[in-house]
Amino acid sequence: MTTTPALSVRSLGVNFGSNQVVKNLSFDVYSGKTTAIVGESGSGKSVTSLAIMRLVEYMNAEITSGTILFHRDASGSQPQDLTQLSDKAMRKIRGKDIAMIFQEPMTSLNPVYTIGDQITEVLVLHEKLTQDAARIEAVKLLKLVRLADAEALLKRYPHQLSGGMRQRVMIAMALACRPKVLVADEPTTALDVTIQAQILTIMRDLQQELGMAVIFITHDMGVVAEMADQVVVMRHGEKVEEASVEEIFARPQHPYTQALLAAVPKLGSMQGEALPRMDPLVVLDGNVARTLGESRQQDTARTDAAPVVEIEKLVTRFDIRKGFFGGISHRVHAVENVSFSIFPGETLALVGESGSGKSTIGRTIQQLQESTSGTIRFGGKAVADMSRAEKMRLRQEVQYIFQDPFASLDPRKTVGFSIAEPIRTHGLLHGAKAIRQRVNQLLERVGLSADQAERYPHEFSGGQRQRVCIARALASKPKLIIADEALSALDVSIQAQIIHLLMELQQDEGLAYLFISHDMAVVEKMSHRVAVLHLGQVVELGERRAVFDSPQHSYTRKLLSAVPVANPAQRQERALLQGDILSPIRKVGDEPHHMPLVQVAAGHFVAQEVGSAERLAS
Amino acid sequence: MVIAVTLIVSFAIRLTGDPAVMLAQGAGSITEADLERIREALGLNQSFLAQYIGFLRGLVVGDFGRSFMGGTPVSDLIGRALPATLALAFASLFVSIVVSIPLGIKAAVSRGRWPDQMIRIFSLIGLSFPNFWLAIMLVLLLSITFNLLPPSGMEGFSSFIMPAATMGIILTATNVRLVRTTMLDTLRSQYIMVARAKGLSNTVVLYKHALRNCSIPLITYFGLQFGGLLGGIVVVERVFNWPGLGTLAFEAVSARDYPVLQGVITVLSLMIISINLLVDIAYGLVDPRVRKE
Repeated sequence: MTTTPALSVRSLGVNFGSNQVVKNLSFDVYSGKTTAIVGESGSGKSVTSLAIMRLVEYMNAEITSGTILFHRDASGSQPQDLTQLSDKAMRKIRGKDIAMIFQEPMTSLNPVYTIGDQITEVLVLHEKLTQDAARIEAVKLLKLVRLADAEALLKRYPHQLSGGMRQRVMIAMALACRPKVLVADEPTTALDVTIQAQILTIMRDLQQELGMAVIFITHDMGVVAEMADQVVVMRHGEKVEEASVEEIFARPQHPYTQALLAAVPKLGSMQGEALPRMDPLVVLDGNVARTLGESRQQDTARTDAAPVVEIEKLVTRFDIRKGFFGGISHRVHAVENVSFSIFPGETLALVGESGSGKSTIGRTIQQLQESTSGTIRFGGKAVADMSRAEKMRLRQEVQYIFQDPFASLDPRKTVGFSIAEPIRTHGLLHGAKAIRQRVNQLLERVGLSADQAERYPHEFSGGQRQRVCIARALASKPKLIIADEALSALDVSIQAQIIHLLMELQQDEGLAYLFISHDMAVVEKMSHRVAVLHLGQVVELGERRAVFDSPQHSYTRKLLSAVPVANPAQRQERALLQGDILSPIRKVGDEPHHMPLVQVAAGHFVAQEVGSAERLAS
Repeated sequence: MVIAVTLIVSFAIRLTGDPAVMLAQGAGSITEADLERIREALGLNQSFLAQYIGFLRGLVVGDFGRSFMGGTPVSDLIGRALPATLALAFASLFVSIVVSIPLGIKAAVSRGRWPDQMIRIFSLIGLSFPNFWLAIMLVLLLSITFNLLPPSGMEGFSSFIMPAATMGIILTATNVRLVRTTMLDTLRSQYIMVARAKGLSNTVVLYKHALRNCSIPLITYFGLQFGGLLGGIVVVERVFNWPGLGTLAFEAVSARDYPVLQGVITVLSLMIISINLLVDIAYGLVDPRVRKE
């Protein structure tokens, strides 16, 4: 490229105290182009974005070396070194020439000020507009990010908006002064996939319109493939590789990049295959990417046997009360008329976006949540007819793995204690020695070592903690494990290892999984059958191959089309997906219509869309 | 709520002894018959329940009865003392808020560095003072040694300074810590980083974006504190001879003047209840999430 970059970072170093978190980092961003910085947790990518904004100093970190040159225009005027500017001079640049979008749209807007206040604030500050002029401009900005009814929106507060809307407000705020450089730190990570697709499309369109240079920070290779021109791969604070997006995906040079790309589940990679496939793991051994294990078909589902669990016409609703003495005014229709069964050795995936009821189904099966109606049968017997002892036994046979491995282990107990707890509770083994042996064996089973039993959760990484949670779930010899977004909080390389572990356990122990996830690519890789949920109802249910290769319901198709594909060659010009995620909250008396399921092929059921076409396909 | 408080107080107060004996003490030789006449005149010969119902009946129409000592209507006594106490209470709260918010914010922003350490040490010292001791020290220093301020009474602005400072310092000591902790929490929020990323100045970020988000826990605490403040005022009013409810209550206790004490306690509990109501209203004002749709 011959033009001057809008921003060039040279030999940047950032320290937290004596701990260097960014080392000798250099890269450029050009106007109208996107440089993606990818890496896993602890790679220093977010710190880099805050260093560019000179916001690291508010986190007790400091820039220790290097320059960040900002070229106000491409004509070769004198660049400014952002690392040398006074805080006052930097404040004139922040929000005006260089703006930033943050990861968590739910927390990045100030809850006590209106949307209007927060957008106009920037305009009054940098553009010296009057309040009235700023409001007019704010309306334009909200329209720019495709938000309808912009005038009314100005008077609303953040909590009245959905996550996707908030992120669009955040983008409008960042673009208020038409910045030359936009830093986007994981802007879509916390969003549902259809909303992510919306935001990405909007960002790309606006980049073209305004000719911004964009620094896009993400861990998601699919998003990188879709957004980036240039890719910087970071690990442990250092750049390990930089290349154009095509090069990175086609010919990754560094072993870390190779391992990272191998670990990314790619939607569509299972096309035509009937069974889930356990792929070999690519791990980084020193400085070489090595392949472990071999490819194997996961032929574990015993559909001829009696199902482990059968769910029939399950309904779970929550009442919402207004006021202190007020009656029930609204209900959350979390689960509506859901039926399915899971066979031994089978993985059934529940997929859907927020509010689809997928987690509630898991919790209801585990009896952490009372159902409103419907039956749950274990081994042919309805839970409602079970005695107390039988229900207790059920708690042993059904185990749960939660999303957040940090929150689901007691920080004051050793992991050995946590793993032994179900053994003691259900009286499976007696005597300290026998229990200890079993705990050690379980730790080794999940790829940890027996001597780690005496350690506390904070001494483990996220992936290791999730292994501990799996060991704890295995402790009571369950038949069914409900994994509720169990992989979502993990880095992709760790995620690949845990998928591997779960499939291995299924092979060896004949476990059935209810795999609850929003990640279509992971679901494709792991499951035998898939149920797609929307507003508490199953809209499509069938063999994984049938659902993924020939999706019949418009919502399934919408979900699949929204997933970013980790292949820049397949970058699609997708039309802007319209609409927000619908809410399952309805007024009392306004019961949702149950869509009957129609069998379109053997074992492939699709909800009828007649009469509800516009609601579901919106 | 009011019923519960007054019932307990009316009962407890009668455990302290016989007011008739107190009244008669000055009169030399007293016979049991004399005492009985006094009790009858004061209505003390009735059962506790009857006395209490009589008190409640009066309360409904705003009549607290008459003082045993001198027969002045209790409502007049309270009417004279209440403004003095309220003035002092609000002055103290004002002092503490005006001092503790900037100091607490300063401490939070410079966490771990010297301004924070200094503020925390001062807060610890403030917490360790008993209020009466601090009051006496202030009187010794500012009134007796330097003769700057009037040592007692309520006459003009200068007489407010020492009592309000005494209460204010004690309150500030705790409030500074509360402001610091809530501020530290709030400063970790992402919208604070977003506000900084907009290029806003430190003052705007702290006092516009952060402070209002801190205000829910602060308002809750200041509201609760008001109750404690009224308790503490009793002692401070004594030291400064402040003509407020505290002094009135103190004298009523020494004289076993049931109606006055019952009246004072009732008024105080009504005030605490209304403060809590005001606190709930304030929530809605500062935080839109609390407002009804």
